[in-house]
Amino acid sequence: MTSRKIEILVGLFVAAGIAAFFMLAMSVSNMSSYRSGESYDLKARFDNIGGLKVRSPVSAGGVTIGRVSDIQYNSESYEAEISMRIDAKYNRFPVDTAASILTSGLLGEQFVGFEPGAEDEFLRSGDVIDLTQSALVLEQIIGQFLYSMGDDKGTEEAE
Amino acid sequence: MNLINRLIDRLQHIGAATIHSFRRLGRASVFLLEVISSCVSLFVRPMLVVKQLYSVGVQTLIIIVVAGLFVGMVMALQSYYALVDFGAEDSVGVMVALSLLRELGPVVTALLFAGRAGSALTAEIGLMKATEQLSGMEMMAVNPMQRIVAPRFMAGVISMPLLATIFSAVGVIGAYLVAVQLLGLDSGAFWSQPQNKVDLHLDLYNGIIKSVVFGVVATWIAVFEGYDCIPTSEGLGQATTRTVVHSSLAILFLDFVLTALMFAK
Repeated sequence: MTSRKIEILVGLFVAAGIAAFFMLAMSVSNMSSYRSGESYDLKARFDNIGGLKVRSPVSAGGVTIGRVSDIQYNSESYEAEISMRIDAKYNRFPVDTAASILTSGLLGEQFVGFEPGAEDEFLRSGDVIDLTQSALVLEQIIGQFLYSMGDDKGTEEAE
Repeated sequence: MNLINRLIDRLQHIGAATIHSFRRLGRASVFLLEVISSCVSLFVRPMLVVKQLYSVGVQTLIIIVVAGLFVGMVMALQSYYALVDFGAEDSVGVMVALSLLRELGPVVTALLFAGRAGSALTAEIGLMKATEQLSGMEMMAVNPMQRIVAPRFMAGVISMPLLATIFSAVGVIGAYLVAVQLLGLDSGAFWSQPQNKVDLHLDLYNGIIKSVVFGVVATWIAVFEGYDCIPTSEGLGQATTRTVVHSSLAILFLDFVLTALMFAK
């Protein structure tokens, strides 16, 4: 085997390895969502964010428009404070837009859902969304349900 | 008295075996340092590495591609039958992609690599030692570490991550063929679920780090066994066997350690 042939084959091998890496990065992993162009930041405060995580999606009408970029606990207001990075092309959300933490499916992942309001002014970078609705925590709901059942029984017996 | 003597003999055997294995471990560590320091000389003669990349990497490619294709296809079939009961058969893509990138890609590639390339490296270097080519080089003031061992080591370390990524990519394509073409799953769900779930840093990069570590360990064991073998035909055979056994065990053990470090939360 001549040296030239060996070099060509080695070159092909290395190129195939790099091509395989890019194929995996592009079509199998989430690299496409890293390549975010222009974006702006919004904040929102919740009593309870449930299982929300950094990089959870932010969506409006079911379309992903951004991602959660940071989650902090504000020990002055005793609330969870999340920052979201929203794609710059979706920059026309009215200031009275409501943000709620929703779950995809019964046991799916949690995400932030935007419900646009009706004001004429739009949210700008750094703004805080005031209208928020916390995550539904299943244990709390069941707890409340059981508690109210117990209550009904108690009043019935009293009667 | 006889019984006590035999017990002491047994003890001596255990002691000798322990000392022997620690000596080998020490020699292997010193050897690794020497190889790494000799790798600097490869910048002067990069052609040596390219030649070894051919015999270590390119010639291993076929077995990797075939194995990757079939592993991906089998994974798709098996996970389909497990997931279809829950109506979650759309997750076949993400399941195959995650297991290939995190575990099977690096591990199976490294095991095949140890069997195909590692044994060949040991046999080649061992035969050079048995036929006194290595000492001949030393006589001519050519450092066999720089000329023989370092290029092979370097080629192994470069080849492993390339082979592992090719394995994973081919495996995903194999899974696609089975899941979408054969079982009739939706191709949109097959590709979009991994794109949501598989993380570039956590999964893809960590898989590549794993394959680099396995490459270093498997090639290290292979070249050391060759360089350190008893220069007879029997010793050469034993060294080749040891290469495959020891590198396979080391790869599986290290895989557990690396997985615990990378993915355990």
